Order: sequence, then C-alpha cells, then structure tokens
Amino acid sequence: MTTVFGVPLPAILGQLMLGLVNGSFYALLSLGLAVIFGLLGIVNFAHGAFYMLGAFAAYIGLQTFGVNYWFALLLAPLLVALLGVVIERLFLRHLYRLDPLYGLLLTFGIALIAEGIMRDQFGASGKSYPVPELLRGVFNLGFMVLPIYRAWVVVASVTVCGVTWFLIERTRLGATLRAATENAQLVQAFGINVPLIVMGTYGAGVALAALAGVLAAPVVQVSPSMGTSLVIVVFAVVVIGGMGSIIGAIVSGLTLGVIEGFTKVIYPEASNIVVFVIMAVVLIWRPAGLFGRE
Amino acid sequence: MRVRVVVYGLLGIAALAAPILVYPVFMAQLLCFAMFACAFNLLLGYTKMLSFGHAAYFGSSAYITGWLVSVHGWGTLAGILAGVAAAMLLGIVIGAIAVRRQGIYFAMITLALAQLVFFICLQADFTGGENGLQGIPRGSIAGIIPLDRDATMYYFVLAIFVAIYLLVRRIVRSPFGHVLEAIRENEPRAISLGYKVDRYKLVAFVLSASIAGLAGSLKALTLSFATLSDVSQGTSGEVILMTLLGGSGTFPGPVVGAGIVLTLQQYLSERVGAWVSVIIGAIFVVCVMVFRRGIVGEIQRRFAGRPPG
Amino acid sequence: MKIQRFAFLPCVLWGFIAGPAAFAAGDQVVLGDIDDLSGVYADVQGQGGIEAINMAIADFGGTVLGKKIVLLTVDHQNKPDIGASKFREWADQNGLNMLIGGSNTGVSIAMSKVAVAKKVVFFAIGAGGASLTGADCTAYTVHYAYDTTALANGTASVIVKNGGKSWFFLTADYAFGTQLQDSATKVVLANGGKVLGAVRVPLGTTDFSSFLLQAQSSGAQVLGLANAGTDFSNSLKGAAEFGLTKTMTPAALLAFLTDINSLTLQTAQGLYLTTGWYWDLNEETRAFGKRFFAKIKREPTMTQAAYYSATMQYLKAVKTAGTTDADKVMPELKKAKINDMFAKNGYIRADGLMVHTMYVMQVKKPAESKYPWDYYQVIKVMSGEEAFGSQPDPTCPLIK
Repeated sequence: MTTVFGVPLPAILGQLMLGLVNGSFYALLSLGLAVIFGLLGIVNFAHGAFYMLGAFAAYIGLQTFGVNYWFALLLAPLLVALLGVVIERLFLRHLYRLDPLYGLLLTFGIALIAEGIMRDQFGASGKSYPVPELLRGVFNLGFMVLPIYRAWVVVASVTVCGVTWFLIERTRLGATLRAATENAQLVQAFGINVPLIVMGTYGAGVALAALAGVLAAPVVQVSPSMGTSLVIVVFAVVVIGGMGSIIGAIVSGLTLGVIEGFTKVIYPEASNIVVFVIMAVVLIWRPAGLFGRE
Repeated sequence: MRVRVVVYGLLGIAALAAPILVYPVFMAQLLCFAMFACAFNLLLGYTKMLSFGHAAYFGSSAYITGWLVSVHGWGTLAGILAGVAAAMLLGIVIGAIAVRRQGIYFAMITLALAQLVFFICLQADFTGGENGLQGIPRGSIAGIIPLDRDATMYYFVLAIFVAIYLLVRRIVRSPFGHVLEAIRENEPRAISLGYKVDRYKLVAFVLSASIAGLAGSLKALTLSFATLSDVSQGTSGEVILMTLLGGSGTFPGPVVGAGIVLTLQQYLSERVGAWVSVIIGAIFVVCVMVFRRGIVGEIQRRFAGRPPG
Repeated sequence: MKIQRFAFLPCVLWGFIAGPAAFAAGDQVVLGDIDDLSGVYADVQGQGGIEAINMAIADFGGTVLGKKIVLLTVDHQNKPDIGASKFREWADQNGLNMLIGGSNTGVSIAMSKVAVAKKVVFFAIGAGGASLTGADCTAYTVHYAYDTTALANGTASVIVKNGGKSWFFLTADYAFGTQLQDSATKVVLANGGKVLGAVRVPLGTTDFSSFLLQAQSSGAQVLGLANAGTDFSNSLKGAAEFGLTKTMTPAALLAFLTDINSLTLQTAQGLYLTTGWYWDLNEETRAFGKRFFAKIKREPTMTQAAYYSATMQYLKAVKTAGTTDADKVMPELKKAKINDMFAKNGYIRADGLMVHTMYVMQVKKPAESKYPWDYYQVIKVMSGEEAFGSQPDPTCPLIK
C-alpha cells in the first residue's frame, strides 16, 4: 500500500475528500462575508449568528411546521435575510459614516444577542436534523464511503459560489453594485436607489450564510453556538483570500478546507490552528491577502 | 483645588476601607480587570487600534505566572515579572504582524492570532488544558508579607493598580503620547512629518500587552487559578465592552466600565447563563448606536462647559 | 478635569452594592449546587438536579439540628473559574456547609481544591474523572454516582468478552476523555484485547467525519467513544452516517438517559452503556421517577437520583454527628452504609469514592420499547467491588 508521510493513500484521499466538503462550507460562508465586506465595507461579525439562525429556521420549520428540507433551502435564507435587512435598516445604516470599527462592534453585539436568545429558548446542546430522504445513503468510492449528502453539499456550494461570482463580476447588476460602492453619489445621480441596493446586498450576504446553515444542519447538530467558533475561522479565510475579493474567498475557502483535512491525518492536534498559522504567514508575505487589491 | 483633594480623599478612604464592607476577593478581581481595561484603552482610546484578541496577553501571563509559582515554586514577584515578560514577548510577535495593517484588518488579525494562542493554550500540557491551573498559591511579597489573607492581597493589588493608572496617564501625556495622538488624528500627516508610525504603534501595542499581562498575573494569584476563559474570545469581548461602556479615551472610563460589567456578572451569575450573553450584546448595541462616548465620556461632555479647577 | 475624579465614585459605589457581605447565618444549614444549568450538560442534572435536592430537603423535613436548610444554586457554565470562585465566595460569605455539583471533571477538580481550603464537604456527582479520588483526592471530597473506572469495567469488559477484541478510541481531548480512554484500555488489555489506535478530538468538535475515517481505516472491531454530551451524540451520528455502525461496534463509554433520549432509539439502539441507576429498575426507583416526572416532565438520570441520595446522606450524617463541622461529618459519611433508592450496598471508601452496585445496560430497539423512556435492558449487574475495584486508589495522597 502506498503511503504518504506514513499514512496509507486511501486514508489521505478520504481526508482530502472530507476536506473538500468542509472547504465548500468555508467557501460559502466566506463568500457571504466577502460580498458584504467587499461591496459594503461592513465587517459582519454576526455572520456566524445568521448561519446558526438559518440552521434553526430549517429545524423549527421541520419540527413545528412540517416544512421539509427542500423548502427550507429556499425559505430559511429568505427569512433570515429579512432579519438581516431589518438590522441593516435599523442599525447599520446609521454607522456607515463612522469608523468601520463601530459596524464590527455592533454586529458583534448582535451575534451575542442572537446566540443568547437561542440558547435560552433551545438550550445549548445540539438538536438533530435528519438528512432528507432523497440524499440518504452512501457512494462507495473504494478508498472511502462518502455519504451522498456530503457530495450534495459540495455540488450545491460550488454552484452557488459560481453563480454569485458570475452575478457580481459579469452582469450589469453586479457592475452597478460595484460602482455603487466605489462612488455612491455618482451612481445615485444616475437614478439608481443606492440605499436599496445596499440593503439588498447585505440581505444577499446574510442569505448566503443562512443557506450554509441549512446545508450544514444535517451534518452537524443544530446548536446556538455553531456559528461562534466557525466565524473566526471564516474571517481568517477571508483575510487570507483578500478581504474584498470574491474569487479569493471561494478559492481560499476550498483550499483551506482541503489543507485542514490533510492536517487532521498528519498532525491532528494542529487541525484547529492550521488556518490561523497560514493566515499569519500569508500576512507577512502578502499583507493584502492572496487575491486582495490594495 | 480643594475640591480635587476632597474627592481624592473620599476615593482613597473608600478604597482603603473596602475590605470591611465588600468581599475583598471580588474587589481585587475588579481592580485586575480595571487594569486590563486601562491597558486596552491605551490602544483603543488613545491610538485608535481595536485589538480584538487582547485576552491573549491577559491569559498567557496568568498561565505563566500560575505555572511558575505553583509548579516550579517561584517567588510571587518573580512569577509576576515572568508573566509580564511573556505577555510583552507575545505582544511584540503579534504586534509586529498586526500593526502593518489598520482598522478592520488590524482587528481581524489580532482576533485570529489570539485564537491561535487560545488553541495553543488548549493543547499545551503545562496549562492543564480544559482544567486550567488550579490552586495557585499566593505566596508573599519578597518573602516578607504573606498574601494569603484576602485583605492583604487586595491592598497589594490596589497599590499596583494605582501605580499603573498613574503610569498610563503619564504615558498618554508624555511626548510619546502626543505622537500617538497625532497618529490617531491624522496618520498620513504624521507619516509625512517623518514619524515612524509603525514603530510608535508597536510600542503602544507592546505596552498595552504588558500591562494586560500584569493584570492577568495578579488575577491568577488573587483567584488562585488560570483557565482557558482567560485567553478566550469571551474575555477579549468583555474588555472591549468595559472600555466602550465606561468611555474609551478617558482615564476613569475603563475603570467604571470594569466595575459595572463585573458587578452585572456577579448579579446575573446566580441566574441562568444565557441571558448574560443577551444583556452584554444589548449593551454593545446600545453603546455603539447612541452611547459612543461611554458613561464617563458623557459625563465629561456634560460638564465640558464649566471652567476647570 | 476634576469631574473625572467624580466618575470614580459610581465604580466604587457599584462595588459596595455588588459585594455585600452576607455574614454567615449561624442559624441555617447552607447547601450549594454549582452545576451546568445552560450548557452541554444542562439536561443531565441542571434544573432537574436542583429539584432533586429540594425533594430531599423536603423529605428530610426542611430542618436539621433545629436549623433551616437553605439551597444556593449557580450556573458554572462549564468554566472552572466560575465554579471555584462561587464556591469560595459562598464559603467565605454565606457560610456554606456542603456543595454538590460539577458535571464537568475540570470544574470539579478546581472545586475540590477549594473544598480543602475552606473545609466544606464536597459531593462530586456529575463529573466522571477517576482522579477525583486518585491524584486529586481530598479529605472532603466524596465522588458519588460513578467514575471512569466503573464505566470501563462495565461497558468495555462486556464488549471485549462478547468478541470485540480490537479497539480504536475517539477521545475527547481533555482530562475526562483521556482518563476514560486509559481506564478502558486497561480493561481491554486485561481481557486479551488490543488497542489498534486512538485519536484525540478537540472538545466541541461537531463534525467527526475525518476522525471516523481514521477509525475505519484502522480495521478495529470496536469504536471506543471516550467522550460525553454533544461530543458523544455527534460522533455517534457521524458513525451512523458513514456506515461505520455496520462494520464496527460503537462503545458508548459515557452516556446518560438524556443523551439516548435526544439521539432516539433509532440511532442509539444496541449500544452498551454503564450506569449507576435507572428509573425502571424496581418499585422504589419507579416511585422516585414518578414524583420527579410530575415536576420535570422527564424521567430522572442517574446523577439526578444521586443528587437526592447524596443530600439525604449528608443530612443524616450531620444529624448523627450533631454538627455541620466538616471534620466531624466526613467520618460519619465514611462510616455510613448506604441502602436507599439510589444505591444498594453502598459505602464511601477511604479515598472518597462511593462504591455501590453498577449496571451494564443495552439500549433497546425501537420495537422493544413499550412505553415512554423505556430505553434500557439490564445486561449485567456488577457489585461495587467489581465495578470500582476492591482497593482504594493508591495514587490518592490520603491512602498511605
């Protein structure tokens, strides 16, 4: 049996496969963050909370209203995006003219409130969310057994990332968005409702986070703290990719997921910190991130 | 002038008499966090750098001091100094990486690197991982005055606190402090005037980290333990809250903020934990939206019209 | 400028308000419960645990030695610092006489150190670490319901004897997990098995897939889950998802009734686990369960029943000793024979461990469960000595 670093090849391939799955979550989440930051300049610390709320929306939808997974994929992001839009309107809007640090602190506070309320209502231990019927079962890949659901996660995330990237970088709408962030007044002068666009963009970013939450629900238990530990890793990913860069977020997310998977086999104790170490290294060598433009 | 003396006098008496009426361990703990918040304020209030992972210095110093004192039998003062040195070193390393960037990026970097420190503390053997270091002995000052009595420990911490408070004031009002102010007000201009801005920022960062470390060491000795909480994101968030709530950019602000947050936690600790998060989050939101100057800041603004002295 | 000085006053005043010294009321017996009330273990004891203690106080009559019995409670949020600080504060300020608690080994070890410093009787019930009566033992600690040694002697030995010879451990990377892995390893080796490998998993991991993959590629017959709470349920879910449960036998080294309830029988069926108590064992336990259910709407877990029992035993010991002085009460506790709803043939050993009958259970299939909470089937009954060992722990400094 061929071995790499003393670990058998099938095990490595298996871990890389799983790393890809994790990476797609990272990519989807960093995409949302990058959209919000790149286009609005807001550091959305509440991103992890929206991810968590998306998962809970799916859970509550199923438990209380019998809404199945497929509907949840559409409804949860919409509902959570609505909440995001309300927050943008009521709070964030007033902070744009101030130091961006205030936006960071506000969203930090909102994340705490969201987690606290959910923890009070649902307790801290995770709730089970079943894998949808259609996606149960496994693919036997030879070197490992891959649950069909996980393959679905990769496909769904990559697709959504691709579509989002296309929308922002290659369509008129995207161009308008990008123009509005560069020079809001000028774009406003063209008759385009910039505040509406800003609101919509924030909502879209939040929706991406909530979508990631629904996708994650069957994989990890739905719990109020599921977003908090994840959000810091995602921030590191976004910093590595370059904070304004959409493509940077996607590529870094996927790559880092794979690297993390690799680390779990070779040196598991470091799997938690490998992303941060890489971030430190990237920052020393390329302060703007890999794809950053500054 | 006379009013100043009276006020100082009252405060002094209150501080000295505290152990009679109030649980001294709580007061000492409050002072440690007040020191931590003052250190943090040096960065946020006076240099406008938001360090989102300041617990790294607080906690690592707590661990180092705790470990040296309990496992290796070091003397109390030596242990404290070693802890501060460790915090300083960490501050230099992290500061060097972080200071290159400003604003949000700086905050993100400090956050991520602090998380790195957290995980290292989790894995390292000497920290005791999830259990932390327990039963840290207080020892004595220079082998002469034993610190076992809670009241004695409190006075020891009080003395150091007062010294640090005056030190921070001194730093801010010194020429060094004025350069920091210039950088805060208009960084490009400061650069164009020839100041090596990054170096000044790094020095401020390291100073802040070192004082935070001192606070951590003292906390480890006061409460007799050092745990992962001390390096956690929660503690980093708390110190931001204390400074914001009390008033960043003022001297008493962080102290007031620390007092309020710790007291809140004390009251709320006997109720269910989840609501503490909600309340702290709500305070953050309120402070950011309508209360940016913090308590002391608002008080100062109200009385700004009155002539000094 | 001078106004800034005034600003200090609110701070100082707060301090005075916050820390009033409630001087020890000599006319009360003060009990404390420091537990996880909102976190990962909130269901295992939590509010139910508090209720169990209150039931015991009421059943005892509400007073002992002519003094009213009072209960203080606080949420330690799984943080050793909160647990230790509160314990110390209650001892200094509120005249605490006895503390129950700590569904977390780390928190309990921290609290045991305070117990010695303040001379307060400490019942460690929720936590499992055997070191509480080993290297971390104290003259005031009683480790009541179960420990990692018993868990290993129960579950691990049954599985090895049933043919599960080769093991791979998934271990929560903290004191409890490693102690559990060590205890289980000893049992596996002693019964002719072998350990093919182990992996340390960071606490709070939600996605175990990569670790499970390693377990699978090791080719071991048994997946030893040296973890608890959500770690346990997540790892089991993951094992089911990756089809591991078809090729490997999962060994639930620590699982509570509430874990099985949240996993559902569908996922948990067939699991072996060791427990000190189960609500459906006999008439006495069922009666307690019924009373408890009326208030809490769930059947009690082993530790909740233990809270009741420990409180009763303490109050009895205080009555017999005629004082709440810990130095007089501890010897009474160590002399007592414990035969109540919770334990049969129980006694407290020199190192502080409460030795009593333990049970190895198997989780029923959904079809076998006839009524709500009918989850377990008794596979084996172990005597206290068989479960906990016949000698006190030699690593405990109290044992010379």
